[in-house]
Amino acid sequence: MALLAELTHRCPLQCPYCSNPLDLERASVELETEEWLRVLREAADLGCMQVHFSGGEPTARRDLEALVEGANQAGLYTNLITSGVLLDEARIARLVRAGLQHVQLSFQDSQADNANRIAGFAGHAKKLETAVQIRAAGLPLTANFVVHRQNLDRLDSMIDLALGLGAERSEIAHVQYYGWALRNRAAFMPTREQLERATATVEAARARLEGVMVIDYVVPDYYAKRPKACMGGWGRRFLNVTPSGKVLPCHAAESITGLAFENVRDRPLAEIWDSSDAFNRFRGTDWMPELCRSCARAEIDWGGCRCQAFALTGDAARTDPACALSPDHALVVEAAAAESSLPAGDFAYRNFAPQALRS
Amino acid sequence: MNARLLADDSSRPRLAPHRRLQFDKMREIWTVQAPERAFVLDETAHAIVSRCNREATIETIVDDLCRVYDGAPRDAVAADVLKLVQDFLDKGVMTL
Repeated sequence: MALLAELTHRCPLQCPYCSNPLDLERASVELETEEWLRVLREAADLGCMQVHFSGGEPTARRDLEALVEGANQAGLYTNLITSGVLLDEARIARLVRAGLQHVQLSFQDSQADNANRIAGFAGHAKKLETAVQIRAAGLPLTANFVVHRQNLDRLDSMIDLALGLGAERSEIAHVQYYGWALRNRAAFMPTREQLERATATVEAARARLEGVMVIDYVVPDYYAKRPKACMGGWGRRFLNVTPSGKVLPCHAAESITGLAFENVRDRPLAEIWDSSDAFNRFRGTDWMPELCRSCARAEIDWGGCRCQAFALTGDAARTDPACALSPDHALVVEAAAAESSLPAGDFAYRNFAPQALRS
Repeated sequence: MNARLLADDSSRPRLAPHRRLQFDKMREIWTVQAPERAFVLDETAHAIVSRCNREATIETIVDDLCRVYDGAPRDAVAADVLKLVQDFLDKGVMTL
């Protein structure tokens, strides 16, 4: 089991496909160091083996070293998911001393100008420096690329970049369309031909690089026949704690209106996991529509993604439209075909909502 | 640039840096924790991985396992060990 600890929603980057919710949480509501340390201990007691420190940009928290150390003491294996733009050699050394085990560094493209444009921040050169410093500190590095129609044609050079940086692992993930990405879908949806070329590129690279670099590949489910087993099944082996302490079964779960999420400030994590309405609502197979419950894959893909079902049909308990058996499957097929055939439109950068002016 | 590591009888495998053998007390299973993933070890895999300590060669690990699992055919044990070690080398979980 794993804990995704979203330490903050603050981030210098503004990637328009960010996995954070549209309604970002501000610094003033973030959990204190002591509260996070308690959450980490409770997560380990609950059976979590790994913690992924994420954000926003988790290194924007000055207490990250203390949290890594606390996680380590609790017996959790520690991953840092970062843009890398706020790190330097001294901080990396402190994180290693605190017990950090692995860094996942995000890149927006292999070409600096486009990477900076997508991120809304000129950080590409700094990321390259940070990657070198991470490797010099002896930490395993994963190079993470989110791919889409505006960078997919450079997939080969992204893989070469990861190799050149000494990454042991590269994660190539097509944009998943929730929250910010759903809002900006028309700007990023690849064509089927682009997807097929990308998949062939990944397969060839995997064969060429066996034993040198592991490539994890996440396909866009708008072109899939079967849905992905989102989070390995709702409330089965994953939980997410938001900057303010809300506990979610998936990082996009707040997009489902009508679900109430409990907070670690009010209740121990184990109680929330076991008995909160949000975790039990779509746990197991009892909630499923007949189509899913009677399906041989019910306990393989767990009915797919609840957030996607809600976003596209308005009902989180329907079969994920990504499944070709879903009565709503035409929604994804038609959207993918229509949007990918038009010129890529403008996109909105991920940002905090404008605040009311104070008098 | 890295090159693929290949195991043979004289190799001395060990877990790669920042990977660790860890018991999952909730599920009561042995695991190797690695970047962004965990590998579940069955009894055989645990017997092998727990002997990969950078001192022992694959040959001596096989000898030891044949002693402990009295009567196991040596060829089959050797094939199992080599297969698991090569798989973990390819996944970056082990190194030589």
